[in-house]
Amino acid sequence: MTTFLVFLAVFLLGMVIFQISRVNEQVSVLKGEEKAHDETDNLSGRMFLWFGIIGMAALFWSVWKFKGYLLPEAASEHGHWVDSMFNVTLILTGIVFLITQAALFWFAYKYRGKTGNIGYYYPENNKVEMIWTIIPAIVLTCLVVIGLYNWFKIMRPAPADARQVEITGTQWYWIVRYPGADGKFGKKEFNLISDDNGNKLGEDFTDPNSKDDIYPSEMHLEVNKPVQLQINARDVIHDVGLPHFRIKMDAVPGIPTHIWFTPTITTDDMKVKTGDPDFVYELACDQLCGAGHSAMRFVVVVDTHEEYEAWLAKQKSFYESMVKGSPMDPDAPKKMAAK
Amino acid sequence: MHTPDEVTTNKPKQYLGDSVHFQDSQGEIHDHGHHHHEETHDDFNFVTKYIFSQDHKMIAKQFLVTGIFWAIVGGLLSVIFRLQLGFPDTHFPILTAAFGNKWAPDGQITPDFYNMLTTMHGTILVFFVLTAGLSGTFSNFLIPLQVGARDMAAPFLNMLSYWFFFAASVVMLISFFVPNGASDVGWTAYPPLSGLRQSSEGSGLGTDMWITGIALFIFSAILGGLNYITTILNLRTKGMSMAKMPLTIWAFLITAILGLLSFPVLLGAAVLLIFDRGFGTSFYLSDIYIKGTALPNHGGSAILYQHLFWFLGHPEVYIIILPAFGLVSEVMATNARKPIFGYKAMILSMLAIAVLAFVVWAHHMFVTGLNPLIGSVFVFLTLLVAVPSAIKVFNWLATLWRGNLRFTPGMMFAIGFVSLFISGGLTGIFLGNSALDLHLHDSYFVIAHFHIVMGVSAFFGMFAGVYHWYPKMFARHMNNTMGYVHFWLTLIGAYLIFWPMHYEGLSGLPRRYFIHSNFHSFNHYGPLNEFITIAAIMVFCAQLLFVFNFFYSMYKGRKLTEQNPWKSNSIEWTTPIVPGHGNWDGDIPTVYRWPYDYGKNGIDFQPQTTPLREGETIHG
Repeated sequence: MTTFLVFLAVFLLGMVIFQISRVNEQVSVLKGEEKAHDETDNLSGRMFLWFGIIGMAALFWSVWKFKGYLLPEAASEHGHWVDSMFNVTLILTGIVFLITQAALFWFAYKYRGKTGNIGYYYPENNKVEMIWTIIPAIVLTCLVVIGLYNWFKIMRPAPADARQVEITGTQWYWIVRYPGADGKFGKKEFNLISDDNGNKLGEDFTDPNSKDDIYPSEMHLEVNKPVQLQINARDVIHDVGLPHFRIKMDAVPGIPTHIWFTPTITTDDMKVKTGDPDFVYELACDQLCGAGHSAMRFVVVVDTHEEYEAWLAKQKSFYESMVKGSPMDPDAPKKMAAK
Repeated sequence: MHTPDEVTTNKPKQYLGDSVHFQDSQGEIHDHGHHHHEETHDDFNFVTKYIFSQDHKMIAKQFLVTGIFWAIVGGLLSVIFRLQLGFPDTHFPILTAAFGNKWAPDGQITPDFYNMLTTMHGTILVFFVLTAGLSGTFSNFLIPLQVGARDMAAPFLNMLSYWFFFAASVVMLISFFVPNGASDVGWTAYPPLSGLRQSSEGSGLGTDMWITGIALFIFSAILGGLNYITTILNLRTKGMSMAKMPLTIWAFLITAILGLLSFPVLLGAAVLLIFDRGFGTSFYLSDIYIKGTALPNHGGSAILYQHLFWFLGHPEVYIIILPAFGLVSEVMATNARKPIFGYKAMILSMLAIAVLAFVVWAHHMFVTGLNPLIGSVFVFLTLLVAVPSAIKVFNWLATLWRGNLRFTPGMMFAIGFVSLFISGGLTGIFLGNSALDLHLHDSYFVIAHFHIVMGVSAFFGMFAGVYHWYPKMFARHMNNTMGYVHFWLTLIGAYLIFWPMHYEGLSGLPRRYFIHSNFHSFNHYGPLNEFITIAAIMVFCAQLLFVFNFFYSMYKGRKLTEQNPWKSNSIEWTTPIVPGHGNWDGDIPTVYRWPYDYGKNGIDFQPQTTPLREGETIHG
């Protein structure tokens, strides 16, 4: 019923606009071209000015209203560089935005048409063209230089002591693997993957390095310690998105990728900083991967050193908890033949 | 469609089908080329006049009407998925009534349907509306009329370019009705999602049809482009040097060259995709385990597809916006009653944009694991392309300065275009910087950027063109008041829809998300999403006002009583009020001056066909 009423209301409004429009056209014809044009030009010019003023005011109001919901506080070392670059870009583009939009709507008002006026025949000025070519070029060069300086810093090789965490995207969840005490990941092979028997990464359990690998349900990281994410995908392209850490890296089947960062704020500290007791770092998938694309959530926790060690100590290896004694276990004694 | 009565009655010179022969009043056939077309065209039947027409003006209108159809469909798709985003907990029985239980059970759309809607929305709007509907319409309509030609260089191929577009449209439309629905793998169709039939509902037959439709579309674009370039280079009338062409023509020329060089690469990408999908190849596929099976493909690179796709994909956005640039320049100069400022700079900047368009594609791929050094090259080139774009904006502002602005609806849209292009273009500077893209990639910030700078801007250019050239197309006026209402609702509404999306993107909200409440980090935008949805519905309704105005005015609009209602200088306005096949009765006019002598020497306007006076210096 409501739907019908909404449609009816819109239709009636359309009819009203149509009738008014027809009348207006007749009136304009009667007034005569010049008078009609002068009146519309005057009105439209004024409306452009009001649009410019109200629009700009609304813009500033909206920034104030959504303060706190814009860029979340950067929780990684390079995140601060990204944010300061953002601010520089915002200031420079903001100045251009203000000047050009103001000029546009001011000119639309100031030079609104009037019969008897004539446009000023001024086809070109090469000097001015040079000026407004060179200045943007300089500004953009600065942005390029700052941007690339930060880009190469972020993309430099991970420090040798960076912790390794592997993350694999699949439809529609993440599989995280820690290398365990030996610091080495067990070999894996996609042909060994089987969701039926639980070997979701296709880990080769004959490889001794695999015995201590951990598959936690949350990704725990130690504050101020660099961590490198080894990123994979099993089926389609996914993307590891960590907005608080300013991280985004595609997970591509067949082509492993990686990115490293250093978290700088513990989850507990973030709860205090944001005033949100439910605060949690979340990993979101950032590349369309099918129906479950918006459901691929993985919790990331940044711990203090003690909390991290405590958590790690409590983790059981995947082999111990899921594989040992099962049909996947290469070390299990062969089953007796059925009697 | 409007019927030009004069075509079948007295014409001193008959147009004989192609662009080089005509028969004068003595019955002599004048032949500028070889002699292969004999039939006269004064007896069109309904089919040859309205359906399989070879007249560029009719073909243009076919593109326009088909484009309008697709714009309504594409817009409607967005209203549906915005209902889900704005009101995720509400049940809309009308959705189940319209789409059935498979796609919208219990009044709510499914995630699969959501992906289908967003995929087809993007596909339809980027290709079918803003490429075919924009450059197809205006290149076809304006090129022969503005350069002084009887028709396109190859009218038959031109007709084919429309019918390939029509065929593509049919295939895309039917794909909605196959059992598993239309493609749902994104308009960008990245493999393996698009390369594996089992990865999603719509990646089976729906994606097969999508690829077929795109291939047909590419043929249409190439055929059209060939005609546009050939006609512009070869069929300009006497006196119409390249430097005297209106900026619309320059824009269409550069756009056509861009298309000719980049569309074939998409075709290549699509062919490889077809092979991976159906013939067991591994161009894009490697090491895949899906739905319980490890696939045998090995050695392929999913990133290869992205390189091939974006090699077209980036020029494509310039193919969309360049015609809008041309239309806006023309409408603005005419209605400001002064020359477009910096004609040469406008041309050079379009050329620079076109060249740079080819070397920035990987800015869509900064986070694919690409070598950072390669990424840095693309950062540099991407930010470089902001320079010629900035020049154009300054030139438009300078065109308005000290003008005598006549605010026709077309002019309103031209001015709105500049505002939107500034807003959307500046956010590109954030995204082009790879270190910032690390945060903003695939977020709502990107959605805000491309909708404002390409979606809404190009639409405004298209509207400016439609309102301005409607009298030439249909010999009637569109209603001005409805035009103004349409303009203000759309300008205000579009900003209300897309501006807040920047904020959502900054907080990390990913795009193509069916639901936002799975994550605590993005859970707080509920009321804003509602607001955006309501604005979107309002803007959609405003477009229906335009569509009504468009079709109503064709039959009931105020009839045109003068040849040149806008007092414009370009030569399409020297044709009869209802131009017949062949455009000009009598000889094609000779051109003496550039199109922008508005306000020169105190004279309001001087058409290009006005000879120079003694001692007058020519411009351009």
